[in-house]
Amino acid sequence: MLELRNIDTYYGNIQALHQIDLTVEAGEIITLIGANGAGKSTTLMSISGISPPRSGEIIFKGKPIHELPANKIVTLGISQVPEGRHIFPELTVAENLDMGAFLRNDKRGIADDLEYLYDLFPILRKRRNQPGGNLSGGEQQMLAISRALMAHPQLLLLDEPSMGLAPLVTKQIFEIIEKINREQNTTIFLVEQNANLALQIAHRGYVLENGRITMHDQADKLLANKDVQKAYLGI
Amino acid sequence: MEYFIELLFSGLTRGSIYALIALGYTMVYGIIGLINFAHGEIYMIGAFTALVVSTALTIYGFPLLAVVVLTALAAAVWAASYGYTIERLAYRPLRSAPRLSPLISAIGMSIFLQNYVLLAQTSDFVPFPALVPEFAFMEPYAHIVGSSDMAILVVSALAMIILTCMIKYTRTGKAMRATAQDQKMALLVGINVDNVISITFITGSALAAIGGLLIASHIGQINFYIGFIAGIKAFTAAVLGGIGSIPGAVLGSFILGLTEAFATGYVSSDYEDVFAFSLLVLILIFKPAGLLGKATIEKV
Ligand SMILES: Nc1ncnc2c1ncn2[C@@H]1O[C@H](COP(=O)(O)OP(=O)(O)OP(=O)(O)O)[C@@H](O)[C@H]1O
Ligand SMILES: [Mg+2]
Repeated sequence: MLELRNIDTYYGNIQALHQIDLTVEAGEIITLIGANGAGKSTTLMSISGISPPRSGEIIFKGKPIHELPANKIVTLGISQVPEGRHIFPELTVAENLDMGAFLRNDKRGIADDLEYLYDLFPILRKRRNQPGGNLSGGEQQMLAISRALMAHPQLLLLDEPSMGLAPLVTKQIFEIIEKINREQNTTIFLVEQNANLALQIAHRGYVLENGRITMHDQADKLLANKDVQKAYLGI
Repeated sequence: MEYFIELLFSGLTRGSIYALIALGYTMVYGIIGLINFAHGEIYMIGAFTALVVSTALTIYGFPLLAVVVLTALAAAVWAASYGYTIERLAYRPLRSAPRLSPLISAIGMSIFLQNYVLLAQTSDFVPFPALVPEFAFMEPYAHIVGSSDMAILVVSALAMIILTCMIKYTRTGKAMRATAQDQKMALLVGINVDNVISITFITGSALAAIGGLLIASHIGQINFYIGFIAGIKAFTAAVLGGIGSIPGAVLGSFILGLTEAFATGYVSSDYEDVFAFSLLVLILIFKPAGLLGKATIEKV
């Protein structure tokens, strides 16, 4: 479904990604794990067209997208929940969700998706008229995921959804991610520092070190791998 | 008492004009964090466009109502095209440059436009026709508030209501608010941020042009320099209310307009600016973000 070929991405003169090769198959959950500053967020921003690669190709459903503007990429079916959630603080919960559907015109479909998400996260329905900035961290993460899903994406990019959340809330969010993958058949590209959790729900995983992919395998194999255990699982 | 009411109306009229200009400053600042120093010149260009168009239409014998409507439309569209072009040429290429660069570019644009109109016109004041007739129904109140003051109040109130509705309810308005709050996220939900920025410049410029037309018709003369003075005053009002905040710009404008009117009326017109800027200094000392502004830490 998605293929990154030889991606090099720069911030000014500093190269953040080196020859990234990576594929995502339709329907799967893949995870990209790595330490602080490894380039995980940059990888997602390259896919979304916010930090486009200087060289290499990004192919989505058979078409190159690395030269498209960010809004075209959303239209094609790729949505991102960025690191730090980026809720529009002064828009209400309902307006935030509305912004997620910015590029859609199908009123019926939008209303159905909204119902589905309000059922998935009842707290959002309860708080729909409050400013997004007033929500707790966990609620904001639910809102950020819901907002991305309002675009009805085929591929959902999630950047560190567990960041700053209590373990119980994290568990709830991860269950929902699995549920979305199962029920909506949404393909998931999950970036995490919490490698243990991520590898438990993912089918496959990639390891990123200093802007380079150093390993990729089935998730259970990575969980059992001695090097991964030592570097990322704290075992 | 009557004198007080007269001053009150004079203050509200000034405030309305300041508000029409201040909205452009505050909207642009809200979206891209830039003080558009050329904005006062847009107001001046709006006034000159109105002069040319209204003169031509009058010569061709159009009825007054048609002259007013067409002139307002032409001034708004022409000024908007200037605002749009300035952003494309002078600010967009510098969007990722250090913050000082677009600011300098803005000052350059302001000087350029002033001199361009100076050369195309003259440095002298040129007379501007009164576009607002003396309304018969205003006759009994004429000693307190003139027809043209009334027109300024009504037109600017309408403009502000339309703007508020646009920002609150339309798709474009929501995109503007989202972009102002979090530009990167706006891109990620698929908003064309470049278009939103263009629309912001267009809207602010059209409002300023309407302000330029109203005040020119009220005072009866214009020159190339009117944008500088009015621009500084409106900018002051925007800062007073909290730059970036739309209700703040309106509130700041009325406070400034009323202060000036009462200072002029009860003290002396020599002190008009002294009062206005003292007020600004006081507010910035006690409320640095302005009356309705958010206290944010400036990241440079
Ligand atoms: N806007 C930027 N300008 C310059 N350098 C940047 C920028 N964003 C990231 N970098 C650099 O690029 C590298 C990769 O950063 P990135 O944010 O992609 O890492 P990450 O794996 O997401 O880290 P984290 O786990 O902390 O989120 C880092 O060295 C970082 O300092
Ligand atoms: Mg990151």
